[in-house]
Amino acid sequence: MGGIPHDHYEPKTKSEKWLHSRLPIVGLIYDTIMIPTPKNLNWMWIWGIVLAFTLVLQIITGIILAMHYTPNVNMAFQSVEHIMRNVNGGWLLRYLHMNGASLFFIAVYLHIFRGLYYGSYKAPREVTWIIGMLIYLAMMATGFLGYVLPWGQMSFWGATVITGLFGAIPGIGESVQAWLLGGPAVDNPTLNRFFSLHYLLPFVIVALVALHIWAFHTTGNSNPTGVEVRRGSKAEAEKDTLPFWPYFVIKDLYALVVVLVVFAAVVGFMPNFFGEPDNYIMANPLVTPVHIVPEWYYLPFYAILRAFTDDVWAVQLASLLSGGIIKAKFFGVIAMFGAIFVMVLVPWLDTSRVRSGRYRPAFRFFFWLLAFDFMFLMWLGSRPAEEPYASLALAGSAYWFGYFLIILPLLGLFERPKATPETIEADFDSHYPPKPAE
Amino acid sequence: MFKKTILSALVVLGFETTELAAEVVFEIPDIAFSFEGVFGKFEEAQLQRGLQVYTEVCASCHGLNLVAYRNLGDEGGPSMAVDQVKAYAAQFETFDPEIDDFRPSIPSDRFGDSQFDGAPDLSVMAKARKSFTGPYGLALNPLFRGFGGPEYIVAILENYTGEEKEQAGTVLYENLAFPGGWISMPPPISDELVEFEPAHDNDSQSLSEDVAAFLMWTAEPKLMDRKKAGFVAVVFLIFLAVLLYLTNKKIWATAKRKD
Repeated sequence: MGGIPHDHYEPKTKSEKWLHSRLPIVGLIYDTIMIPTPKNLNWMWIWGIVLAFTLVLQIITGIILAMHYTPNVNMAFQSVEHIMRNVNGGWLLRYLHMNGASLFFIAVYLHIFRGLYYGSYKAPREVTWIIGMLIYLAMMATGFLGYVLPWGQMSFWGATVITGLFGAIPGIGESVQAWLLGGPAVDNPTLNRFFSLHYLLPFVIVALVALHIWAFHTTGNSNPTGVEVRRGSKAEAEKDTLPFWPYFVIKDLYALVVVLVVFAAVVGFMPNFFGEPDNYIMANPLVTPVHIVPEWYYLPFYAILRAFTDDVWAVQLASLLSGGIIKAKFFGVIAMFGAIFVMVLVPWLDTSRVRSGRYRPAFRFFFWLLAFDFMFLMWLGSRPAEEPYASLALAGSAYWFGYFLIILPLLGLFERPKATPETIEADFDSHYPPKPAE
Repeated sequence: MFKKTILSALVVLGFETTELAAEVVFEIPDIAFSFEGVFGKFEEAQLQRGLQVYTEVCASCHGLNLVAYRNLGDEGGPSMAVDQVKAYAAQFETFDPEIDDFRPSIPSDRFGDSQFDGAPDLSVMAKARKSFTGPYGLALNPLFRGFGGPEYIVAILENYTGEEKEQAGTVLYENLAFPGGWISMPPPISDELVEFEPAHDNDSQSLSEDVAAFLMWTAEPKLMDRKKAGFVAVVFLIFLAVLLYLTNKKIWATAKRKD
């Protein structure tokens, strides 16, 4: 592990040396666990551990659920109910897995917005940020695939709507859609491949998480001041940091357990809170639900997707310039993926030299407006596609893009940031003043 | 008046997340069922009465194909004795492919399918409907008052107006609680339609509530296990959180100069 100077593992006994010269795995674990961590990390730095825990929870419950689940259109719904009724503890596994997905997304959104606020994405942590965005995309795909598996009405119609988005790609859309579905419509081949991919993707996420951790262990953690750990010498670095074990392990575990109290209450007392009642009706291709809504975690982007209708000037302009190839639906798809893509680009869109939002008063205003915009779009995504929601969604989408493409680049040039502390130690000492000498 | 203004403001702001407001909204009345809330429990006697209402009324059209007769003996459900369950199952016939004929049902058989396509299976119906997220639309209401699935069932049974109309050869019945206002199910429940032994309230409302409770159990047979496990988990996790809080405080004391 490069970066911050610290003690490394030294094999002492003969057998330790024997192993270390052949496979330095103990050293790797030691360096990972003992990594110097900025001592001023606040409570927004706990979502990583919550996410890691949730990933493991989802994989373990998912593997056991897969032992009892049948990916066949005639049996999927019944096999989920079989899990709920006849498998020992099956109801618990299923509800943990179902709500685990929501916990995963709550944690990832807080994690992402923490990164946006404290400028964690800035050099030298761009790669960590981009890998994080890939993890987020893989999570969205996994969540969507998984939601189809119980084969309820929302599973079926959600799959129809979402795969239909790919059908909007000019020219090749229909072929792509048929390729995704394994046929002309959502049917047994769709369910089979979705099950297969839903099982595969989490392991891709595990690999990406390993890269994510490797990347930020190379650069060192960001921290609320945005000031880098001093690296001139080990002694200097030790003034700014504390080892991950035990300081941050225990702190993170404490935070994790507090989060799990709420999680256990949701699973125990209102496990269908995040779900749609329609998904307890078996999929029926002949009956369309009145109101097709995706899971809550897609809603902000769903709102952006729907915001761009034929009467929006940007859509008309795109249509005109492309000779009619780009229609409203395709424009919406581009906007939806674009909304995530601008987040991927944020390390280069933010021109400010100051990393942390803590010292950027003007930035803070726009950041909180963005956070509000995100919640607002989430709510709009759950509304029917009619006025006044359509216009509001357009305004919300405009701000989303405006924040990343206009405000962030300009803000760095014009705002006057406050002074940042000299060192992490100075920031820490201002919170926890050293005792006067006795 | 003031409260009403606040309420409508909340509705406009979308805090009320129930169904679309396009049609005339019928407000499903809340019922204080015994199984709602953190400590909610099914009432065995009510489930058994509900089973009787289901058997004598609903079952003539609707099925319960996810539920087995043996489930009637499960703890946390109607908890009927083994011989009662056997006797109940034996009243019905199940098709047995081994003998290629019908035979009297045994506890491992399931309640049958619906008699015809128009009548939906009722196994998970109480979870397939959500009629409110609670007073003032606050998200926490499911915690205390449920989602209103059983309330929806009661409301459907209790809100026929008596009006009928014929449409494309089908008779439709006006029902205020049903989305769209017209339902093809004739009014199934009336006062004293079912006689209980021992006697118990059997006005239409009580019968509807009993059968709705029964259908909540068929939809969520492990509800009591779940709430118990949830409570134990919350208590133990809080205890663990306290221990970790103290550990964390102790570990950081030197670094934060608090020791």
